[in-house]
Amino acid sequence: MHYDVIVIGGGHAGCEAARASAALGAKTALATHSIDTIGVMSCNPAIGGLGKGHLVREIDALDGLMARVADRSGIQFRMLNRRKGPAVRGPRTQSDRKLYREAMQAEIKSVEGLSILEGEVIDLSQDSSGAINGITLTDGTAIKCGAVVLTTGTFLRGLIHIGDKRFPAGRMGEKASTLLADRLAGLNVPLGRLKTGTPPRLDGRTINWDILEKQSADEELVPFSTMTNEIRVPQIDCGITRTTPATHNLIRENLKRSAMYSGNISGTGPRYCPSVEDKIVKFGDRDGHQIFLEPEGLDDHTVYPNGISTSLPEDVQWAMMKTISGLENAQILQPGYAIEYDHVDPKALDQSLNLIGTAGLYLAGQINGTTGYEEAAAQGLVAGINAAHFVGQKAPVHFSRTSSYIGVMIDDLTSRGVSEPYRMFTSRAEYRLSLRIDNADMRLSPLAIELGLASPDRAAHYNDVNGRLNAARDYLKSQTLTPQEAAKHGISLNMDGVRRSGYDLLSYASIELSDLIRVWPDLKQFDSDSLNRLAIEAHYAVYMDRQKADIESVLRDENLLIPEDTEFDKIAGLSNELRNKLNARQPKSIAEAQRIEGMTPAGIALIIAQVRKQQRSAA
Amino acid sequence: MDTIVALSSGSLPSGVAIIRISGPKASKAVTALGAQITKPRQASLQTFYDPDGSVIDEGLVLWFPSPHSFTGEDVVELQTHGSRAVVAGILDVLSAYDGVRHAEAGEFARRAFTNGKIDLTEAEGLADLIDAETTAQRKVAQYLATGGLKELYKGWQDQLLNARAMIEADIDFADEDDVPGSVADQVWQDMAALQRSISHHLEGYDRSERIRDGFKISLVGKPNVGKSSLLNALAGSDRAIVSSEAGTTRDVVEVRMDIAGYLVLLSDTAGIREQAGAVEAEGIRRSIVSAEQADLVLYLSDDDNWDHDLIGKNSNVITIRSKADLGKLTPTDEEAIHVSVNDSASLLRILDMLSLRIKEELDRSRAGSAIKSRYIDHLHQCLKDIKLAIESEDALELRAEHLRAAAYSLGRITGQYDTEDVLGRIFSSFCIGK
Ligand SMILES: Nc1nc2c(ncn2[C@@H]2O[C@H](COP(=O)(O)OP(=O)(O)OP(=O)(O)O)[C@@H](O)[C@H]2O)c(=O)[nH]1
Ligand SMILES: [Mg+2]
Repeated sequence: MHYDVIVIGGGHAGCEAARASAALGAKTALATHSIDTIGVMSCNPAIGGLGKGHLVREIDALDGLMARVADRSGIQFRMLNRRKGPAVRGPRTQSDRKLYREAMQAEIKSVEGLSILEGEVIDLSQDSSGAINGITLTDGTAIKCGAVVLTTGTFLRGLIHIGDKRFPAGRMGEKASTLLADRLAGLNVPLGRLKTGTPPRLDGRTINWDILEKQSADEELVPFSTMTNEIRVPQIDCGITRTTPATHNLIRENLKRSAMYSGNISGTGPRYCPSVEDKIVKFGDRDGHQIFLEPEGLDDHTVYPNGISTSLPEDVQWAMMKTISGLENAQILQPGYAIEYDHVDPKALDQSLNLIGTAGLYLAGQINGTTGYEEAAAQGLVAGINAAHFVGQKAPVHFSRTSSYIGVMIDDLTSRGVSEPYRMFTSRAEYRLSLRIDNADMRLSPLAIELGLASPDRAAHYNDVNGRLNAARDYLKSQTLTPQEAAKHGISLNMDGVRRSGYDLLSYASIELSDLIRVWPDLKQFDSDSLNRLAIEAHYAVYMDRQKADIESVLRDENLLIPEDTEFDKIAGLSNELRNKLNARQPKSIAEAQRIEGMTPAGIALIIAQVRKQQRSAA
Repeated sequence: MDTIVALSSGSLPSGVAIIRISGPKASKAVTALGAQITKPRQASLQTFYDPDGSVIDEGLVLWFPSPHSFTGEDVVELQTHGSRAVVAGILDVLSAYDGVRHAEAGEFARRAFTNGKIDLTEAEGLADLIDAETTAQRKVAQYLATGGLKELYKGWQDQLLNARAMIEADIDFADEDDVPGSVADQVWQDMAALQRSISHHLEGYDRSERIRDGFKISLVGKPNVGKSSLLNALAGSDRAIVSSEAGTTRDVVEVRMDIAGYLVLLSDTAGIREQAGAVEAEGIRRSIVSAEQADLVLYLSDDDNWDHDLIGKNSNVITIRSKADLGKLTPTDEEAIHVSVNDSASLLRILDMLSLRIKEELDRSRAGSAIKSRYIDHLHQCLKDIKLAIESEDALELRAEHLRAAAYSLGRITGQYDTEDVLGRIFSSFCIGK
């Protein structure tokens, strides 16, 4: 048996990788313990958010699965930052665990050229040059392949802590994946150790919902995918409650019994998702910390109490419930815990997520030190594309941080590494104003179409949207008026006699689309989606000019490639420190070299000189 | 591509300074100095003017059209006298030209590499040059550190970091309970305070710029005390008429001279006295104006009678006891500096004292060297963006964009901080994580 690409793991990264690879024409297999675990949401069942929602929109623009699946399983759609500008809005939804899993499995099963291999992959094989050429299953079956995308959805050498109890495991009830970890260790991959935690899961039937504040879905449900016309899943409310002084006292009294504070944990946890113990130690002066009670499904009574992840002993977790309004009688279905796990230092990967030095091996998802389904899925997409290209001997596909959050993430990971589980925020994107959810398709769908990643439906949809948008934009740019004429329509402008186009007017904060329709009634021929997109585009237009110059200089540096055989040791004038960093990092472009910590303008100049010299002697 | 300009010879003062301009606007920019490019690669002697019409210096202009230049771009080189005042004056005129800015460290070399003008052996030699550039920067940084400027800038950067953290928290963690629903007015109050601090700082710099147009020293005193004689002695030429007759000088005589690399405008004035004719009275009025506008007043007297009301209200005065060789010294003269035009050692003492005073003045008004004016561009840009952020009625993400730009400009002086620092500040200020 031979496949072009084998994707190991059926989590969010694995699913996207498998679909992308198969869509690009590679004969692809998705290897997973069991078909039933494909698309399982192992932690909090929610998709999107600020920054994360941007990633989902970009995955959709590349015809990935996550947005569509979320649209078919979302039970509480909310647009975050609705009152702020469109560049920083983020779509989010709670998902029904079961609906999500079912929708994802249906998607995966319908992908042409994709087979599913049930079984545990225990090893990878390499040819004499070290390139990956196959996998081995538990039963000893060896399967040949041209490339592997490793997305072990479960934790490497995971160690769970509940109070003073410790046991090795993946997620609760899963086997720890130690064999593959050993193989990675054999490849001399640099590893790091991180930790994260989860809250106890509660039985929703034992929560006193009546006395709790509620949070509802939006009135108008905005889907993730531009291909989704309407959200049909019923929407539910979440409950909101708070920790109390009694909770805080209880935690303080038992702090020594918390795994996190007993000195038993060495991994670094995320600062944005602290355990409730951390909250009390660092922010104990607050009178209470909010807890969102999120139902995990429409017909599932499990509730995820978002905000109280903990590694306190089980008896303290039970006692804690008694101190929280609405949870006095809540039954814990599964205790909260902290988990420590290994991850691969993503600095060992290149921008295509290929492990540097091991041809054909691509890593995506949590294994790279990220957290979150969206981050995992986006990496899966990148790894899947590049694995297929590798097998097809096509050039790698890189995502620039100037044009996508995906690019920001890949660049952050591969050039800086991680010191805590990596999560996307809008503040990570320096070109935030141009990387918006409303233009994700305009930014990325052309690439998807060019690569062959987009289905015919997607391509047709994009072309239609783009055509309508261009027509509306052309019209608005062609219609002009003077300030005097504008005044007649009740629009006050600076009386400078300058003719302004409708597009110019749209960029004024004080001028609404409805004002323009009064001036040019013909605008009504254009659909409201196009007009709304143009209003956002025009709103940021002034800032775009400024960012364009920045972006051009970044792109210039990204396009100045450093040949793989560049010997940094031979560059005279570089400090030893920089030389070591360059050797470790092996930057592929001047832009990448520039982002190495401590890099100086002089150092960059010397590298460019070396590149030029090599080019000249090659010519 | 911007056109860049910088001093490309060593530190000042020096015999000759070479100022290099590279980029598409190089040939046009020199016209701002009233100069012109002539035949390629041939030197021509020209006069450089300030936009106000005053002469900055005379020097050589060399024109290297692209691609046959050091950087591969159009390059103009100016060779001038190596005084700080001259170089600063020329750099300021050029960098004010639209599309021209001060070069970053190593930027000429980098352009040369990028355009394939240099191979490795040359590059190695150049590494030294680039290093020299950074050494010069290090010196400037040291200066800033001792002057307390570095701390000041770091403090500002910290204030910006704080403001950005508050705003970014409001954007990225809007759904968090612990983050205030709208950015506290406090942020904008802090930014308004920062705006004031930076403009105040820049005003100080403007004052020093004024000083660098020429440090004005005015010689005043009663008639016949030897003012004109001292001017001639210090300038090394007979510029003013000297005679034993009281009331010889009738109008202000100004000489340009170089003291320790600084351009000094030394003015001789009419002696001040009560009984005077119409012409002399007008001369005396001009003496007093000159004394009031001067950066430093040298108050000469050949006896021990000092009358500070006589010379107007400039507080920056040095008293000088002239004609010391005549030996009419009294104990009350101890405080004054003694000078005799017949004693060159006493003249050198005066020159030393003057150069010390000028340096002190420049430091006090926080002017570093010519190189430091590079920081001024960044500070102006930073100030502009803070102002936009404060005044903008726009959405938060746009105001955040201005603050990001402001922090970037300041970061070009003090070193950049990045998203990680902003996030770090957010996570330590707010309890994030539902
Ligand atoms: N012995 C001696 N004579 C000096 C010295 N400085 C000036 N004189 C003499 O003092 C007389 C007056 O000198 P000026 O320099 O014309 O004095 P002034 O202060 O410019 O006088 P007015 O222009 O009239 O105000 C001249 O005869 C000089 O030669 C000195 O240091 N020593
Ligand atoms: Mg005189």
